[in-house]
Amino acid sequence: MQNHEYLKGVATLKLDQNRCIGCGLCATVCPHAVLAVEERLARIIELDRCMECGACVGNCPVAALSVNAGVGCASAIIHSWITGEEPNCDCSGGSSCC
Amino acid sequence: MNQNDSCCPPPPAEAAQCSPPVKKAQSVQVCCPPKIETKSCCPPLKNHLRAGYRIESFVKAWTDTAVGEIPIIAPKLNLADYRGRIAMRWGIGRDRYSITPGLYAIGTPDEHSEVLISANYKLSFDALRSSIEGINAWILVIDTKGVNVWCAAGKGTFGTDEIIRCVQMVDLKNLIEHKRLIVPQLGAPGVAAHLVKQGCGFTVIYGPVKASDLPDFFGADMQATVAMRRVGFSLRERTILTPVEITMLRWQILYAALALLLLGGIGRHIFDFAAAWTRGSSAVFTGFVGLLAGSVLTPMLLPWLPGRAFSLKGVWIGLGLALLLSFSLFSGSGLLNQIALLLQVTAISSYTAMNFTGSSTYTSPSGVEKEMRLAIPCQLGAAVLALTLWLWAAF
Repeated sequence: MQNHEYLKGVATLKLDQNRCIGCGLCATVCPHAVLAVEERLARIIELDRCMECGACVGNCPVAALSVNAGVGCASAIIHSWITGEEPNCDCSGGSSCC
Repeated sequence: MNQNDSCCPPPPAEAAQCSPPVKKAQSVQVCCPPKIETKSCCPPLKNHLRAGYRIESFVKAWTDTAVGEIPIIAPKLNLADYRGRIAMRWGIGRDRYSITPGLYAIGTPDEHSEVLISANYKLSFDALRSSIEGINAWILVIDTKGVNVWCAAGKGTFGTDEIIRCVQMVDLKNLIEHKRLIVPQLGAPGVAAHLVKQGCGFTVIYGPVKASDLPDFFGADMQATVAMRRVGFSLRERTILTPVEITMLRWQILYAALALLLLGGIGRHIFDFAAAWTRGSSAVFTGFVGLLAGSVLTPMLLPWLPGRAFSLKGVWIGLGLALLLSFSLFSGSGLLNQIALLLQVTAISSYTAMNFTGSSTYTSPSGVEKEMRLAIPCQLGAAVLALTLWLWAAF
């Protein structure tokens, strides 16, 4: 597998280790191995790989994670700039672009 | 025709599948009905015909269960499935490639079999059923409005509430004895495992990213390896996404081409049809080269192109092809036209490459927005300058 890398230092993912109970579900659901459990606590090991999908945040039972989740899709963002709506995958009449 | 394809050939296999119930006394109710269908599987299919309904070609029989009759689906894809898949990749019929949500059976599942959750996008469903041949399972297709698992999860249509609704709708607790749901990992952005548990009492187990890893996942006692949890973006995956990038832009392409043909005619004679044809069609051609550079070549060569921003990756391919053109086909077109050509092709390539972020598996919205704030003014500036120089060159 090639290692794809996107822009550095932009991801908004944050982890509050004081809340973490070490269940590890965040590490399980992350598709880019951004998180890992070390010494029974979750830790962000590679923030720049985060695509802000929100999987870890939604599955954290103690709300220890936060992120500005959304779609990383240029045409969705252009659409939202024009219409003022939230960016979503509904580009070109309800079809999915991702 | 399709019904015959999917329904008539299996009888021998069907007979083999139906004998096991002898071993398991409890599962008799669940698995036995196909016994009647053993002689021939066609009459039961016909018995299920209803006015106004059509039986999907992937349904090969029905099984009687505690919660009613459930369609048994074929794991193998047929010609129609492959045809549909190719059409889909070109964006044909993309908005209506869905299947009816509800419960399906694959193999001969019983009350101990696992329940796999899937989206009602046909490509997701096809990927799932063709990956688990030989596994007996229930498939619960939830309503994602015909959108694939990952995209639907991003919007929340593949999500906690819809899973709970479907689990209750099909009366899952009366079908199976365990309390587990296997949810594809890419569904996780829309699902909160603890809330599913609260809402319907079922425990979510996240399966691998790819359906094709499911047999290994089951073989390893439902433990996914690190590799199964990672999303890649292989050359093949990138390439199959390129046709739809172009078909989604078809109207913009058409209007831009018409505009270029019209503008090409403007010159010393106010408007010249011959010039509209020669200059206009050249500009349309170079525009297509830019489109090819940004929405086909850049995605294919993605990991090897310098820079992290997609718009920058698109610049290299666009500029490369533009230089090639200006020193070959267009070497005699004059400096103004050549500079216009470089700017036009590079701008289009950069813009369409940037749009590929929507198809990629690893770009974050914060990152895309950051690159767009810099890239769009540059692309727009280059395009306006290209147009000005090109029009200027006609005088």
